[in-house]
Amino acid sequence: MAEEKEMVSIYIMGKQYRVPYGVTIMKAMEYAGYRFIRGCGCRGGFCGACGTVYRKPGDFRLKVGLACQTVVEDGMHLTQIPFYPANKATYNLEELTPTLATLLRHYPEMTRCLGCNSCTRICPQELQVMDYMAAAQRGDIAKAAHMSFDCLMCGLCASRCPAEIVQYNVALLARRLYGRHVAPRAEHLARRVEEIKAGKFDAEIERLMKMDRLELQKLYDARDIEP
Amino acid sequence: MKLPYFPGCTLYTRARGLDHSTRAVLAALGIELEELPNWTCCGTAFPLAQDNYIGMVAAARILASAAQHNGRLVTVCSFCYHVLKRVNHSIKNNAEARRKLNDYLEQGYGGETVPVHPLEILKHDVGFEALRARVRGRLKGLKVACYYGCLLVRPAAEMDFDDPENPTIMEELAAALGAEPVHFPYKTACCGSYQVLNAYDVVASRGREILAAAAAHGAQVLITSCPLCQFNLDWLQGRGEGTVLPALPVLYFTQLLGTALELPAEGLGFESHYVDPRPLLLG
Repeated sequence: MAEEKEMVSIYIMGKQYRVPYGVTIMKAMEYAGYRFIRGCGCRGGFCGACGTVYRKPGDFRLKVGLACQTVVEDGMHLTQIPFYPANKATYNLEELTPTLATLLRHYPEMTRCLGCNSCTRICPQELQVMDYMAAAQRGDIAKAAHMSFDCLMCGLCASRCPAEIVQYNVALLARRLYGRHVAPRAEHLARRVEEIKAGKFDAEIERLMKMDRLELQKLYDARDIEP
Repeated sequence: MKLPYFPGCTLYTRARGLDHSTRAVLAALGIELEELPNWTCCGTAFPLAQDNYIGMVAAARILASAAQHNGRLVTVCSFCYHVLKRVNHSIKNNAEARRKLNDYLEQGYGGETVPVHPLEILKHDVGFEALRARVRGRLKGLKVACYYGCLLVRPAAEMDFDDPENPTIMEELAAALGAEPVHFPYKTACCGSYQVLNAYDVVASRGREILAAAAAHGAQVLITSCPLCQFNLDWLQGRGEGTVLPALPVLYFTQLLGTALELPAEGLGFESHYVDPRPLLLG
């Protein structure tokens, strides 16, 4: 087994820092003296606020990761791209129809795709970005919505696109159109809301309110957990 | 028989009738098309500059992804077929193109996929004689102008599809279906193509000439495999630009074939035509 290093050298925006081995980029930057006001959100790999690009020595490829999830390596050059000034359309979702024409009206540049796949290569979520954009380009809003579901909106795809497409914002519009106008209405939800309003669960709530901590904990431990 | 299928973007939007009728007629003839799981736009226009590799990357990726499905890749849109076939030709015959595109794709694709057009499948796999035996004379006496346009047949050395000046594969198909192909001099003329976006008059005058020539030779319908030829010639008549009376329905060859095979008309996409072909075909 290789000897474990205690400290590694990384380069944040070109300047060298010695930081502890094994910490995330975000912790390393804080160790180096950076204080995050923006470019840091959940610290749990969900919010997408800390998109970071880096290179490793001896590799020409640009790599990406979320600063809160990616562990530093010796010789890493990095910078955060927490925000990308991408084109973002404003619209009233209620007035839109879930069609290709709607996507094109708000993001006409999406047809400029060259099929280079740079967006897919950069995506820290490993989404098939080019393929969901291809689905969007042919008006397959359901497929674009499903394929982009795990998008964190970090914007790195747009930063790499030679056609200056804003994949993540097109995908957001596709998901909104899908959710509002395509996906079947959740009838069971409306029924449940009516049941709640009619007082069906009032007695149960009352019972819960009167339970002591131990009883509640027992109930909580025995709850049904969705698979 | 199952074959991998690349529909192309237009077949998901304006040319749904071409997609639906192609799947329906080939299924009726025992050929199941399996759409590639993921695909992008083919690039639409084959690059004019030989070293415009970025313009070939999308098609190269589609071809390479189909290579895993061993052998042929079916595509019916004339634009898609043209681009896939020419990019494949470049990969096979131009070492520089092959190297650059593979650097980009990070694959070792050498042009193994064979793009095939349903017209070729009908001629070589199904056979026109077998088709002749299948149909029951529904199209008997129907005069059909076969319109190839540019992309299906040219450039001949790369497309290797049919005679570039006088192709006959669609006439052979029409004859096998019991219809009467009419010969007219504009069958490989350009319809004006995407100039419809910025030079409407050019497309209108091309369309008038093509339609008038077909009608002058007695055609009652015109068939094509190109979504843009179909759109231009049909849409112009919808705008009252056609000088042909009665208006000439502009069909995909697959819609004519589906009619001959007596497939349900609702599945053939006639409802989106500007000149409704149903009164003539289904009477």
